[in-house]
Amino acid sequence: MAGLVTAFGSGAMTNSIRDIGDAACILAIGTNTCQAHPVIALELVRAVRHDGKLIVANPREIGLVHFADRWLRQRPGSDVALLMGMMRVIVDEGLLDSAFIEERCENFAAFKESLKSFDLDTVERITGVPGEKVAEAARIYATNKPATILFAMGITQHSHGTDNVLAIANLAMLTGNIGKPSTGVNPLRGQNNVQGACDLGALPNVYPGYQAVTDPAIKEKFETAWGCSLDSSPGLALTEIFDAAYQGQIKAIYLIGENPVLSDPDANHVRASLKTLEFLVVQDIFLSETAQLADVVLPGVSFAEKDGTFTNTERRVQRVRKAIEPLGDSRPDWLITCQIAQRMGGQGFDFADPSQIMDEIARFTPSLGGITYHRLEEGGLQWPCPTQEHPGTPILHTQLFTRGKGRFTPLEYKPSMELPDDEYPLILTTERSLYQYHTGTMTRKVKGLNTIRGEELVEINPADASALGIADGEAVRVISRRGEVVARARVTEVSPVGVVCMDFHFAESPANVLTNPALDPVAKIPEFKVAAVRVEKNGHK
Amino acid sequence: MDKISLTIDGRQIEASQGMTVLEAAREAGIYIPTLCYHPDLSSSREVQASEVIYCNAEPLKNDNSAIRYEGCQLCVVAIEGMKALPTACTTEATSGMVVRTSTPPVKQKQHDNLKLILWQHPNVCLTCDRFDQADNLNICKPFNICLRSVNITERCVLCPKNDHCDLQKVADYIGLGIEERPLPYTAKGQPLETNAPFFDRDYNLCIGCTRCVRVCREVRGADVLGYVFRDGKVIVGARGPSLMESGCQFCGACVDVCPVGALLERTRKWQGSAERQVLTTCPYCGVGCQLELQLKGERIIEVLPQRKNEVNRGQACVKGRFGIQEFVHHPERLTTPLVKRDGEFVAASWEEALDLVASKLASYQKNEVAVISSAKCTNEDNYVAQKFARAVLGTNNIDHCARL
Repeated sequence: MAGLVTAFGSGAMTNSIRDIGDAACILAIGTNTCQAHPVIALELVRAVRHDGKLIVANPREIGLVHFADRWLRQRPGSDVALLMGMMRVIVDEGLLDSAFIEERCENFAAFKESLKSFDLDTVERITGVPGEKVAEAARIYATNKPATILFAMGITQHSHGTDNVLAIANLAMLTGNIGKPSTGVNPLRGQNNVQGACDLGALPNVYPGYQAVTDPAIKEKFETAWGCSLDSSPGLALTEIFDAAYQGQIKAIYLIGENPVLSDPDANHVRASLKTLEFLVVQDIFLSETAQLADVVLPGVSFAEKDGTFTNTERRVQRVRKAIEPLGDSRPDWLITCQIAQRMGGQGFDFADPSQIMDEIARFTPSLGGITYHRLEEGGLQWPCPTQEHPGTPILHTQLFTRGKGRFTPLEYKPSMELPDDEYPLILTTERSLYQYHTGTMTRKVKGLNTIRGEELVEINPADASALGIADGEAVRVISRRGEVVARARVTEVSPVGVVCMDFHFAESPANVLTNPALDPVAKIPEFKVAAVRVEKNGHK
Repeated sequence: MDKISLTIDGRQIEASQGMTVLEAAREAGIYIPTLCYHPDLSSSREVQASEVIYCNAEPLKNDNSAIRYEGCQLCVVAIEGMKALPTACTTEATSGMVVRTSTPPVKQKQHDNLKLILWQHPNVCLTCDRFDQADNLNICKPFNICLRSVNITERCVLCPKNDHCDLQKVADYIGLGIEERPLPYTAKGQPLETNAPFFDRDYNLCIGCTRCVRVCREVRGADVLGYVFRDGKVIVGARGPSLMESGCQFCGACVDVCPVGALLERTRKWQGSAERQVLTTCPYCGVGCQLELQLKGERIIEVLPQRKNEVNRGQACVKGRFGIQEFVHHPERLTTPLVKRDGEFVAASWEEALDLVASKLASYQKNEVAVISSAKCTNEDNYVAQKFARAVLGTNNIDHCARL
């Protein structure tokens, strides 16, 4: 999201889900929407039924490809080159929106200069997509308005993920496709409340509402509000926390509702880090792989047993309502944290119910200032929603960008950190299955889902499989510099030559043992989408 | 959109240009019976029969490609100036139109057309004389005993949709005279399809409305289902030998639009009606579908996507639709605090566990601790977690798995 903050000043979906189906053109890049956001995929179905153009850019033959007008099958990690190539065509052929650029944006000249190194021959060489196809896609996107761009972790989970996002932002600004209905730059957020967890300041550098911890005025505001003194230096990011734990600098972790032993890159390292801790508290609804390593496990409740709100990918704050009583002796997560805080002498943790927490959030978070449970009874509200009278904001940047002018960023192509070589000749990329969710803590408990998809499958192209003598359904060993995993192979042309693909839902074959923890320097997102591996028949040494 | 004005049953109503008579009536709160119409779907007349569908893995060919599907024909109305009785779902509302929904000829036509449907659907649930007595449910439940001379397979108490079935509602409105009892009914004798995950398909109860075929094709873009004509009757089925092989993603949209008991979630079948509903937000992905949890006591018996919202509009995916009850009520749920002693977890009281956590966390320097919060928890949970890290532990070492 850091890329969008640089370009626009706000790192969230610019438009709404309902908007997407009315677009004249949709560019879906780095999103397997049918699997990861199935109900948003229905908007793509709706758009295509109304003759909207769909361009899919993905190395894999995902479900969306079957609805698409154009499919660009770029090599994993080559998105910047692909997008810059499209923009070069748009500029060369005069398909840009000069008035919009002139009036609303800045730094265009420097950006335009950086397009010079992306002639179609170069782009074809880097991406593997024929130059003419790149040009056609560029023309379709630039001439069918309104046009919207959807992307997900296929864009962000790279060591140059921020550059990928900046390239997308450049493309939208170049064609004036921002700030209007059915346009925009739309990162599809993966988990139910990942947007909300970010908005509410579960991040090392910002308080709720993205208010910087380094800003003295903000610090003072929260010190007054909370009646304590606060630290003005940013804390450690998730992957840094595990490194610090491994080195003995972090000694205790209070972990709520996550399962990093399966979800984080280089999982063996994460496990080792957690074992190094002196004290680990895990709060969860199941005894997850991570909880098993804990010193104390606190039973939280499921969404059905508590009141609260989730914020969806389109910035819409929606109610979660308690439907049943907490199971056994379990307690709502907010209550457990408050009870620990109070035992440690914390002031201001005596909330009677979550609506009082929301009232406090609204008081100190300008973008959520107008949100109350009372208003949410009428339906969700999209932030920014600064006052009680404000109707919420379905489309961002309609008049001005959040930062004022939209900023073009000159870009260059940077290869992924770990490229295939003789020892590890294949690229491993990861994705999500429709039938499982994240580390499977919840979905692995559902029989029907496991009937459909109950184990890891390593998708491999028939050409690679036959070269390795691997048959469909055969157990294989996938090995990277960090570890190895055994799972059955699915031989399929969905996966391009030279690329294998795994999920990360299954504890029995944890794909993240293999992935590369190399981080994007700005967003600190690990490079899940490209790691070098080799595949062997299981048992073969 | 331009507004027009027309009269239905003597009431002057407003409608948008391009609306059908049925849509105009519905918007004005005037009931016209129908079984094949659904507000999210195109007209049932627009879906062609398939060449072949599969009935329990056996191919079933269309035996008459010349006939066209005519819909349920229950929404006939009388319109001034028109001789025949047109169907409201295919007639565009026009300015000044005068419509009547319950003239004797309309009633008669609806009655005749309903009988055509009931010749293919078990109908004692509609014609049983107990149905008219006070409250049929109280007589026949709680023991689900049927003392009538009715084939077991046709008894109302053995239909999982009994008492929340659209066909029952429509028949109730149209009315079946006592002289029609019992109505002749020819059983289709189709095998129950129970091999797929999550829901069963009992096409003996299917009335051939094709809503499931249309929702799968038009709204979901999946095109897993189709129908063929056999002896003039509509037979619905998967387009491949099984749902899985037809590309089904088990979203449940077909189940949700089925007006009768043909498509039903397996675990929900015999639970009867829900006692209460709670509207909430799906705990899975970032789309934030609005779901109505159907509850009986302290148990979720079914999860239905809500229609009136800007996010999912009546749709969900397999996880939200079918993947919630089992994890929420799973026996492995943690129900008590656990403290590790000599490498083994032992149950602890909250007092004990919280005291231990508080005293241990208090024993570290602020830069020696970190809080990892959760993208699965609520905004309120996250707010409290970061406030705790910053205000109580004194550290900005707070993060969650946003990037994973």
